Amino acid sequence: MLLGQDHITEEGEFVINMGPQHPATHGVLHLKIGLDGETIKKIEPHLGYIHRSIEKMCEQLSYRQFIFTTSRMDYLSAHINNQACVLAVEKALQVEATPRAKAIRVLMAELTRLASHQLWWACMGLDLGAVTPFFYAFREREAINTIIEETCGTRLTQNYMVPGGVMMDIHPNFQKRVKEVLKQIKEKAHEYDELLTGNVIFQQRLKGVGYLSKEDAVSYGCSGPTARASGVSCDVRKLFPYDGYEQLKFDEILNTEGDSWARYLVRLGEMKQSISIIEQLIDNIPEGDFQAKTKNVIKLPKGDFYQRVETARGELGVYIVSDGGATPYRCKFRSPNFSNLSAIPKMAEGAKIGDLVAIMATVDLVIPDIDR
Amino acid sequence: MVITGVCLLAFLVVLCFFLGYMERKVAAFMEIRLGPNRVGPKGSMQIVADTVKLLFKEGLTPDGADKFLFNLAPFIVVITSMLVVAPIAYARDFQLWDINIGVLYVSSISSMAVIGILMAGWSSSNKYSLIGAMRSGAQIVSYELSIGLSLISIVILSGSLQLSEIIESQANGWWIFKGHIPVIISFVIFIIASTAEINRAPFDLTEAEQELTGGFHTEYAGMKFAMFLLSEYINLFVVSAIAATIFLGGWMPFHIGGLDAFNHIMDYIPSSIWFFGKTFLIIFIIMWFRWTFPRLRIDQLLNLEWKYLLPISMVNILLVTAMAIMGWHF
Amino acid sequence: MFLKEYFGTIFNSVKSLLTGMKLTGYYFTHLKEIVTEEYPDNRATLKMAERFRGEVTMPHNENNEHRCTGCQSCELACPNGSIKIITKQEIQADGKKKKRIDTWVYHLDMCTLCNLCVIACPSEAIVMGQNFEHSVYDKKQLKKILNKTGSKLMEGVEE
Repeated sequence: MLLGQDHITEEGEFVINMGPQHPATHGVLHLKIGLDGETIKKIEPHLGYIHRSIEKMCEQLSYRQFIFTTSRMDYLSAHINNQACVLAVEKALQVEATPRAKAIRVLMAELTRLASHQLWWACMGLDLGAVTPFFYAFREREAINTIIEETCGTRLTQNYMVPGGVMMDIHPNFQKRVKEVLKQIKEKAHEYDELLTGNVIFQQRLKGVGYLSKEDAVSYGCSGPTARASGVSCDVRKLFPYDGYEQLKFDEILNTEGDSWARYLVRLGEMKQSISIIEQLIDNIPEGDFQAKTKNVIKLPKGDFYQRVETARGELGVYIVSDGGATPYRCKFRSPNFSNLSAIPKMAEGAKIGDLVAIMATVDLVIPDIDR
Repeated sequence: MVITGVCLLAFLVVLCFFLGYMERKVAAFMEIRLGPNRVGPKGSMQIVADTVKLLFKEGLTPDGADKFLFNLAPFIVVITSMLVVAPIAYARDFQLWDINIGVLYVSSISSMAVIGILMAGWSSSNKYSLIGAMRSGAQIVSYELSIGLSLISIVILSGSLQLSEIIESQANGWWIFKGHIPVIISFVIFIIASTAEINRAPFDLTEAEQELTGGFHTEYAGMKFAMFLLSEYINLFVVSAIAATIFLGGWMPFHIGGLDAFNHIMDYIPSSIWFFGKTFLIIFIIMWFRWTFPRLRIDQLLNLEWKYLLPISMVNILLVTAMAIMGWHF
Repeated sequence: MFLKEYFGTIFNSVKSLLTGMKLTGYYFTHLKEIVTEEYPDNRATLKMAERFRGEVTMPHNENNEHRCTGCQSCELACPNGSIKIITKQEIQADGKKKKRIDTWVYHLDMCTLCNLCVIACPSEAIVMGQNFEHSVYDKKQLKKILNKTGSKLMEGVEE
């Protein structure tokens, strides 16, 4: 039965379908893999299993309403997605958010990034067969989510940003809680190193695996930690600052190795940078309104507007074409995961099946963001 | 004899229930969770509930599977792991079958499990199962060598293949204390290699949930799946019991040569408690591995065996032999 | 030289593995670190955040009065169409006809709890409730009517 035509390609490759239901694809990604023994010869990603036509839906929704749909794209950086939409609308309206709103947005975005990277670390261990790190990282992630819940009312799909600012002022406990959580994270940081970073099995699984050269990273349009691990400087927060990132001191973590281990280190470094950003801001939230005045019904001027932000996974672009009405004429999201996914066949060439899982874990794909 | 054997098998099944419960609790406590706590006191009946659930599930056989081999494989796996139980001495004067080639018997029968796994993987007509089975073949065959070599070191020291004689030879101290560093090395190698032999994390490449969705038993459901689970826990017990017998003196109490008063107190503790205490210590260590380490890759797994464990145990054998000839051990 | 490297690798590997085991061993022996919340059991003490978005609710005071004027701002603000307000003309005491709500239909099954209706409401008639246990066997039960029977508009909201 196994030797039928569907299972062996003309080149003599053994075909296995990883996904759409598979424990390591983190969702409904379908990879068609051509194998020679355990060695991967060819990977063909098949998309579309979770397409919800968010871009088309946005054409029916007003500029206040379409923001919430973007939380459902990259649900682990929902705040940052919302921020991108809000910034695009503000750019078009030529309204600027109040300083307080900007600070709150950055704080929320960095908390989200921290929580997202913690989930990534958790799943990283899980994908490589170590179950325990998952729970240690989730303990801190839950603490962050509780803070976000206290201010925004929801844990995952917040919809906290509105054009001109944020929906509500921060909760009175916010600053105190954030400091507590940062302290907790710093105290537990050594566990990350002891459990995975220093572990010889873990290092062996990642070092020299899934190499992506700088040229390939650029030509595949990779962004975020995936590209920065290959030495491409592409942090939108540095290159095209928004919401006051230009006034903050933080480093863009770069690594030139380009392998899975480099991607792992870049993300770990980013977690430290996020903590540093939050620490700079948490005591310096400016007083004032949390929302700038905007009209009830927002109508964008005729034209097209583009805004990019740095999500936890890379560069998210929001492109809005307006015909002057209350809804977008066309809305397009440039999602980081789609481009990062396209580089995976290149990275995994000649690797083993176990390596492919490690590569997918380090690239940190969120499947709903690929299909939208 | 037959009645004792049947009782022993029933006891084994109960023991596996306990091991399943123990594993869940150990995992939970290491992962800052509570673990099962709903069914029965402290969740102790959870595994019984799971078994009942598995009993009522449909024993599905895939359409494209080789039906005979598919249904035979779980039995082979369970039978081989149960056969190994026979020569183990559970307490003083309680050994079902004191065969004079005990060590040889154990190592040869336990390597038969690979046949069942290969059979399961091949007959499932599932590509993941096939890859899992092939991995298992490579893995078990390689790690067999280290297990054999580390067992041989004790055979050399005690001069017998019979398990009861190996235990008797440890009356004045367990081999792990008597045999200096070489025996400790072979003990460590035995633990690592036998973890690989019984396909437990970090060497669970044949199942490798994140890579192969379940490996060789992807297509199994219901009781047939439970058989694989059962054999996994029996294997865990057997391997630990063998390690306890060979290196830690089996049921032999902790004795220090010369201190008669101390030895006397130790003798008051029943021998079965000594045996099970040692066995569960090793089981706990193997579980500890599982809930701490990530999984190796297939080539790294073979590297570990052929580049590290095998050369070291070969050199180790030389040392042990020299030690035995010169009489350097206690 | 080769041997030194060979044994150095082994030593470092074993050391790194033992560090990991030390950590899991620490948690195994420190059971007070357990973070599990036993959800259905801790219902009595479980307190959601005050801004928690569980469902849209319409608070009524002790005289069975609500604050909804039936302006339908929330209906317009809702991105999913999960709010439907049916209004009626009601004759007031002074003989004038005024628009009042008849039924305030809320489709919880369509709601994404985005909070847009609550911030759109000019008279603070609706707020987010804390209840999150919404599971039912029949989808029809998720269609809710938020204004209670016989309820009236609170005095002084309309001005």
